Amino acid sequence: MAWLNAIIQGVLTGGLYALFACGLSLMFGVMKVVNLAHGDLAVVGGYVAIGVITVTHIPVLWSFVIVVPVMAVLGYALQRTLIQSALDRGVLTTLIVTLGLSVVIENGLLQFFTANSRGIGASMALVTGSFSLGSQIQIAYLLVLIFAVAVAVLLGLQWFLSRSSYGRLIRATADDQEAVQLAGADYRHVFGIAAALALGTVALAGIGYGMYSDLDPTAGTDTILLFAFVAVVIGGLGSLWGTLLGGIVLGVAQQIGAQINISDELLAGYLVFLLVLVLRPQGLVSRRAQS
Amino acid sequence: MSVVTKAGPRPAGSFRVTRSQRNVAWTGIGALVVVVVLALFPFIVYPGTTTIMVQGFIVLTLASMWNLLAGYAGLVSVGQQAFVGLGAYFVLILALHGTSPFAALPVAAIACGVAALPLWWLVSRLRSGYFSIATWVLAATIMLFITRFSALGSGTGLPMPGLAGLSPNVLTAYTYWIGLAVTVVALAGMYLLLRGRLGLVLTAIRDDEVAARSSGARVGLARLLVFVVAGVGCGAAGALLAISQLQVQPSDVFSVQWTAEMAFAAIIGGLGTIEGPIIGTIVYIVLQQTLASYNAWYLIIFGLFAIVVALYARRGLWGLVDSRLHVRLFPVGYWLRLREDADRVRRTGWRRGTSFPA
Repeated sequence: MAWLNAIIQGVLTGGLYALFACGLSLMFGVMKVVNLAHGDLAVVGGYVAIGVITVTHIPVLWSFVIVVPVMAVLGYALQRTLIQSALDRGVLTTLIVTLGLSVVIENGLLQFFTANSRGIGASMALVTGSFSLGSQIQIAYLLVLIFAVAVAVLLGLQWFLSRSSYGRLIRATADDQEAVQLAGADYRHVFGIAAALALGTVALAGIGYGMYSDLDPTAGTDTILLFAFVAVVIGGLGSLWGTLLGGIVLGVAQQIGAQINISDELLAGYLVFLLVLVLRPQGLVSRRAQS
Repeated sequence: MSVVTKAGPRPAGSFRVTRSQRNVAWTGIGALVVVVVLALFPFIVYPGTTTIMVQGFIVLTLASMWNLLAGYAGLVSVGQQAFVGLGAYFVLILALHGTSPFAALPVAAIACGVAALPLWWLVSRLRSGYFSIATWVLAATIMLFITRFSALGSGTGLPMPGLAGLSPNVLTAYTYWIGLAVTVVALAGMYLLLRGRLGLVLTAIRDDEVAARSSGARVGLARLLVFVVAGVGCGAAGALLAISQLQVQPSDVFSVQWTAEMAFAAIIGGLGTIEGPIIGTIVYIVLQQTLASYNAWYLIIFGLFAIVVALYARRGLWGLVDSRLHVRLFPVGYWLRLREDADRVRRTGWRRGTSFPA
């Protein structure tokens, strides 16, 4: 029963990890940017949510109505300024600039908000409540909600990219930006929109993580970036549903690791990642060869 | 095991290829004088100064290794703290078994080079950005693995044994000298490496990877060698860190901050030159010492500085000097001197597309 519980908890936390990962996956898929500041931006999203909730007294769950647009605008602005100029200079510069951004954000948060961890809506019934399945399995409402949000976000992105006309433009830009430019669309603007979408999901990830656990300035790199990356690689690069599967595999591996020895939770997740890297470097779900 | 295929016969032409414009012997003598003067420092300055300089030696060694990885081999590793931590722990393990930490340092460095082989096998499956984060995950995994051993102090670490018998001043001086030795060996090793065939291949990869591949350069092998050398260098720096801090703490030695510092120092000084990391390290020490009382500010400013340099002065501060004065303290490239115009000297660097027979 304990094992079944571990698997159920793992699948549900996998939803949170998939939410971490889809922004990273989207930015790599469209503009070939590996954003090393991804996790720190999620933490910024969480801190913005805390600020918004404190100032406007808006219900915690509705804070995303403000935070997601704010982060999306930030994403567009970052892409059009810093990341685009780095992209123009090559892959190495992009990595250096996002690494620099990550260090600046993390230490800036440390400087202004101290190393204290803060939660979002820690006293809410939704955050603390759970329901029972049988006698030994307790499922938190929050994890179910986050899982549902992750699936909804992935479905929404999938629909947007494959069905809508702007999604088609984004996919076309990902394939060949010069051809898109010749056809009369500004690829930089398209990149900006993709970055805005990515940071919108990053904002949700930050809020979700702040409710699930506590946010502190180092969570962005220690947890969110690494988990997001591991989920993307396990699932397979460039596949949105692979990302969900990757998140679930990571979550289950961690919970089973914790079941064996409570301090082995993280190690178990990373070992599964290394195993996938050795046995199936293209990921579990992969339609095309590794780019 | 050669990293380049044999080149064809050198075409006869009206030019001469030299290593440097100025006499290299003078640079060599100058470097020797600098090393001798630095070696005398423990007798001249306060122990506080030598302690700061040991920190500088650590960052300089790390930055040089990161420069080799990113500046020459195009490998942006964000997980070099894995080797810093491994170096520190290898020294700790040897010291716990009765070896002097100073004698353990070279052994630890070589052990890190050996450890780099399986790690390379894992991470070389991924390219560019994904390679970067994979090295980071590896570093986190290695830290989690090491903290499982209670004999190594689990999550809190252990003090370094085997140093208690020395008086504080003697210990500071020994640490300084071994730090100087590590840095000199790292810089000299890099200089010799880049002057050789591997250096030629690496310079070719730095300038144009596709062209290097199509000219028969074995890019994969060259990268493996660089990863191993960087493992040895970062391991030595980690061992030095453990000795200078008198303790090994997992969250400290495996901190990604080491990679941030080495990367920023290399970028600010100038990637793809040996001189760059030296300049970058000086900037780092100055920033850190002036902003020491403002907590995280030095890292924020250091990071912003690195972003600006990466975007607007891609060859770093040394590049700004070099483009005006054409000076190389460590000449590893070639100068092309045309016979008909002896005054016009063209350097074969990445700025200009002058080709030269390899």
